Amino acid sequence: MHSKINSFYDIVVIGAGPSGSVSARFAAENGCSVLILERDREPGIPVRCAEGVSHTGILPFIEIDKKWICSKIVGAKLHSPNGESLEMYNNGDGYVLDRRVFDRALADLAVSKGATLLTKADAIDLNKNDKGEITGVKFKHQNEIIDINCKIVIGADGVESQVGRWAGIDTSLSLSDIDTCCQYTVNNANFEDELCHFYFGREIAPGGYIWIFPKSKTQANIGIGIGGDMTKPGKGPRYYLDIFMDKYFPNSSINYMVYGGVPTRAGNNFVKDNVLLVGDAAHQVNPITGGGIVQGMIAGKFAGETAAKAIRENNISKKILKEYPNRWEDMLGANQRFMYSIKNKFMDMPDEKLNNLVSACKKIPQNEFNLYKLFKETIKEDPVLLAKLATSFVVSKLKV
Amino acid sequence: MKVDKNLCDVCGTCASVCPVGAIIIREFDIVINNEKCIKCNKCIRVCPAQAITEE
Repeated sequence: MHSKINSFYDIVVIGAGPSGSVSARFAAENGCSVLILERDREPGIPVRCAEGVSHTGILPFIEIDKKWICSKIVGAKLHSPNGESLEMYNNGDGYVLDRRVFDRALADLAVSKGATLLTKADAIDLNKNDKGEITGVKFKHQNEIIDINCKIVIGADGVESQVGRWAGIDTSLSLSDIDTCCQYTVNNANFEDELCHFYFGREIAPGGYIWIFPKSKTQANIGIGIGGDMTKPGKGPRYYLDIFMDKYFPNSSINYMVYGGVPTRAGNNFVKDNVLLVGDAAHQVNPITGGGIVQGMIAGKFAGETAAKAIRENNISKKILKEYPNRWEDMLGANQRFMYSIKNKFMDMPDEKLNNLVSACKKIPQNEFNLYKLFKETIKEDPVLLAKLATSFVVSKLKV
Repeated sequence: MKVDKNLCDVCGTCASVCPVGAIIIREFDIVINNEKCIKCNKCIRVCPAQAITEE
């Protein structure tokens, strides 16, 4: 047995990304013993993320620190298939993060509240007793197979989540509910406008979009997500990204490349018995933007606090653990479902309609134009979506 | 199903769409259990690196 760790913890968290570390932090802060298992040698690697986040989104979770901020973002520029563009400034400021440093800061925060972090610890199964109840986690740490007993497992193990499947939660996504992505970190180009750029179009990024998130005045994350059902042999996301790079950045250099998948379904199935899923594992991602950092942290707070309450009251029943999905639903459920319907509407739009949409939005005065005005234009001819928009405004207490 | 390890980035996107849980990440590699696999080819279509092929 590894000398630092015990044979029992109230809660084991699998995965030390933002949702896992925030879960661990709130559980520890509320008096639980918590072990975080991280497969990699440190949290935050490899970075499979465009790294964009809103200022108001992260504020409740960690003190803003410039050591994990690469650049400030003041707005977004949307590019339609015919080359027209539209700037949007009224959604609040944001940042492009250095996820390596940010994720470590969140993990450090959890540890400072009393959680134990073990890296190079690859969870391989959940242990069950004769009655089929989950009693702990089996993981591999270097050459050892280690069993840890616990009362609650929090699965923060990303889009490929095994924890959910081990617990009997169906987490498999349909091809139209995942974006398949490729991202370059690009150097030696000019990114001086403090804007995130989004390029839409059937030929540009079928079923998705291309993004530019500037990390400095000369470096940016440039990536693409296309619908999982839109690929063809020889035409994956990188095929489309390379066409874009040749057109717009023929002379810049590509430093790194990563692949990844982003769930774009409004997740709603993330608790079973004493297992809670958070973050990408629970598909808690904004279906339109693909952003999941803030959603994952909100879920982590709810899951960590709920788990701690169940431990404190010595009652790991459905009734108590249900508080986690209920709080998520109250805060974000309607918003996520609305974003999902908008996503489907957007992604089905032929290029001509996208062009018209941008032209229509350009008539809205710049100081009044925001994301919701864009959505309103999108759904003008669709009363069902309009009703959903109204509901989401009433129900949702926070826009992420 | 067969994974070309030279192309694979071990991102796990394939595992997220597998309807039968035949794909796992182990020791920083994608492992496909071909006995469990139902050959729906979703992993082939979704793999961003186009690293998966039929055997």
